Amino acid sequence: MLRTIGRRLLLLIPTLFGLSVLLFLWVRALPGGPAVALLGERATPEAVARINELYGFDQPLYVQYFTWLGRLLQGDFGSSIQTGRPVLEEFFRRFPATLELSIGALIVAVGIGIPLGYWAARRHGKAWDHIAVVLSLIGITIPVFFLAFILKYIFAVQLGWLPSDGRQNPRIDATHYTNLYVLDGLLTGELDAAWDAFLHLILPALALGTIPLAIIVRITRASVLEVQNADYVRTGRAKGIGQSTLRNRFILRNAMLPVVTTVGLQAGLLIAGAVLTETVFAFPGIGQFLARAIFTRDFPVLQGFIIFIAILYALINLLVDVSYSVIDPRVRVQ
Amino acid sequence: MATTLQRRLLTGAAAVAIGAIALSACSSQRGGGGETASGDVDSTFVFGASGDPASLDPAFANDGESFRITRQMFEGLVGTEPGTADPAPLLAESWEQSEDGLSYTFALKTGVKFHDGTDFNAEAVCFNFDRQNNFTGIAQSESLSYYWGKIMRGYADTGTSIYGGCTPDGDDKVTITLTQPFAGFIPALSLPSFAIQSPKALQDYDADNVGGTSEAPTLSKYATAHPTGTGPFMFDSWEPGSEATLKAFPDYWGEQGQVQEIIFRTIGDTTARRQALESGSIDGYDLVAPADLGALKDAGFTLTNRDPFNILYLGMNQADPALADIRVRQAIAHAIDKQQLVTQVLPEGTELADQFMPDAVIGFNDAVTTYDYDAEKAKSLLAEAGYTEANPLTLTFNYPVNISRPYMPNPEQIFTNLSSQLEAVGIKVNPVSNEWGEYLDLIQGGSDHGIHLLGWTGDYNDPDNFVGTFFGAPSNEWGFDNAELFSALTSARGLATEDEQESAYQDINEEIAQFLPGVPLASPVPTLAFDARVTSYPASPVQDEVYNMITLSE
Repeated sequence: MLRTIGRRLLLLIPTLFGLSVLLFLWVRALPGGPAVALLGERATPEAVARINELYGFDQPLYVQYFTWLGRLLQGDFGSSIQTGRPVLEEFFRRFPATLELSIGALIVAVGIGIPLGYWAARRHGKAWDHIAVVLSLIGITIPVFFLAFILKYIFAVQLGWLPSDGRQNPRIDATHYTNLYVLDGLLTGELDAAWDAFLHLILPALALGTIPLAIIVRITRASVLEVQNADYVRTGRAKGIGQSTLRNRFILRNAMLPVVTTVGLQAGLLIAGAVLTETVFAFPGIGQFLARAIFTRDFPVLQGFIIFIAILYALINLLVDVSYSVIDPRVRVQ
Repeated sequence: MATTLQRRLLTGAAAVAIGAIALSACSSQRGGGGETASGDVDSTFVFGASGDPASLDPAFANDGESFRITRQMFEGLVGTEPGTADPAPLLAESWEQSEDGLSYTFALKTGVKFHDGTDFNAEAVCFNFDRQNNFTGIAQSESLSYYWGKIMRGYADTGTSIYGGCTPDGDDKVTITLTQPFAGFIPALSLPSFAIQSPKALQDYDADNVGGTSEAPTLSKYATAHPTGTGPFMFDSWEPGSEATLKAFPDYWGEQGQVQEIIFRTIGDTTARRQALESGSIDGYDLVAPADLGALKDAGFTLTNRDPFNILYLGMNQADPALADIRVRQAIAHAIDKQQLVTQVLPEGTELADQFMPDAVIGFNDAVTTYDYDAEKAKSLLAEAGYTEANPLTLTFNYPVNISRPYMPNPEQIFTNLSSQLEAVGIKVNPVSNEWGEYLDLIQGGSDHGIHLLGWTGDYNDPDNFVGTFFGAPSNEWGFDNAELFSALTSARGLATEDEQESAYQDINEEIAQFLPGVPLASPVPTLAFDARVTSYPASPVQDEVYNMITLSE
């Protein structure tokens, strides 16, 4: 097991190297440079040239790339052009917000998705099953930003039930340790702050969780259907094994294998969805900052953040594979 | 047993999620959590800003979001007359200019304290001016000390600075000397970049240490966490990407006002800002999209206009041979019905323009040559220039997309309106649109463009800040070389008094009107929207809006 993990981590190195090259070429292929975004519409060509010189954008591409890579290997991700603060600091300042949102979205997706998929499979062919299938299809096809916008318009703007933006009502004076606001509120005993942060999470988490939710419903349903018709289940049933043992041990456990993989993949993809969700809900996480970095051509931020996200994604995948082998002993042999 | 545990967890999670939605439906967010500190109004004012401030040290800032916040904490020698762009006393009670026009002696307000408890005095003034003039290295880059570089034209070590020095005369009198006359000096001092900061705090928190590598300048501790001025509000906290909080300064020399706490929330998306106001999570925001004005008004929100201090124009690039012909430029000018443009696509209150500056600016010419809307005249001028129905004039029309500027709230609509007007006189339009950064690169970085939309919002009341910026030197944007105009602008910038400036710029405006490098279109009015509890907001054309002047009703 440890060797597998070690090999996978080693494999990450060439992957990240390839990604860094592509990424570097991509951000520099974006038309318009950071100087103009930084200096505004009346910057003189000399000023633009000076900024480009200052940041090294006038150097040949390969020189820029190796300078960047050299610093990166020493743990120096550079500074954001827009804010002047180190990219690492900017990332970790915002990451807890995105993490909290992603956990919320996963709770929505897994908490509703698995029971609903299981439930639909148990009612296979009945009206409720069809409804679940159609709803999940809608869930998969609806664009994240559109759903986010609709949810916000109805529940925050029109009905006023939930906050429309941000992570916390700015009028609340809350103490933060972990920067996971709900957790912080619980830890410090500031229950109103925790509740307020929780309310702020609901709509964005629903918006972000809907696509994974719909996918998990479909996978769970299909997987349970397959397993419950499998030979060993039929044999078990014929042998008179109790209904609950049959469900938990035979069906659910085996049906969970593809679901776990899906959940893991979806968890990695949440960050992509977070760019849109965080923008609509003015949620101050890495997604919102990344979206802004694209508009302002903040190259160091784009490069640094995307590398981080790639590492996270790879680690989540690794975690999925490990948990896979925990659930299914057969996988462990490899 | 893992499976039962798993199942329990899953059911639990589902129950929490569903329960939360049901529970939250009962509790309304509106007005929740607000603490009232003074009397019966909620003394916390929340403003929705479109971006983060870049730096809280105003000497190292040049963007509106930084200035919006630093104006609450800092004051300069000179401020503005409320509601106008005209200079007015602030930390200086009065000033006198010497005979030769080179030195200015300021009588300072007494009994003023910085937020750190130190005294404001003549020494502090000199410390600030000397500090900026002595910036070196990265601190000189335009992304940091833009305005000092622009206005003083250099630094001590570049040898180009027109700053001559600063001499204190006791605690309450100070003389600042320039090496060249500059009539724009006093109005320029109203810029937040020239605010007076606490010398002690600047030193204690290493304000000039904008280090890092040359590729990645980093801000000082002072600029991110310890800005210290004399203003009605003092720094409390700043969470980049999220919000900045200021608290009332108890020892402020002036009126403190109702607001005891200000929170600037960063909400990048225009629609998100509008919805934040509608849902009650902010008290107000600016740069309201023209399309949202009607709906916000109908819903009972208060709309406040800033007097327009900007100009939108249609630029004509003379590197395009067709546009080098004055008859073609005149034809375009006559083909445009500005009134129609303003009525159809610009916000209510927008003023028509016939010069490249708003009428409040020194040197505005009331008798300038104008080109009234006259389609027939436009057609005959085109015919004279050799363009007929069989051989029509084709022009590239560049415009930006996905951007909103105060002078150009909706470029796509402005483009559509103008191009249909041009087509009505027989000009064929070849539309080219770009994202903002790319657009500016295209217009200012090369000659491959035709007619284009652009403009400018003034920083302070100075004609050079408008026409000097546009036409002071040869540029890719306009593609012409008019030595006479360039030198007229250069010498006008160096004039010592406003009276001399007035007549010089009136002549320049006439010269520009005849040369016709572009068509000034309008000065669109920028609008702010507020919750009904905001009964008064000190709107200013140059955004000199200090929140101790806000009044609240609940």
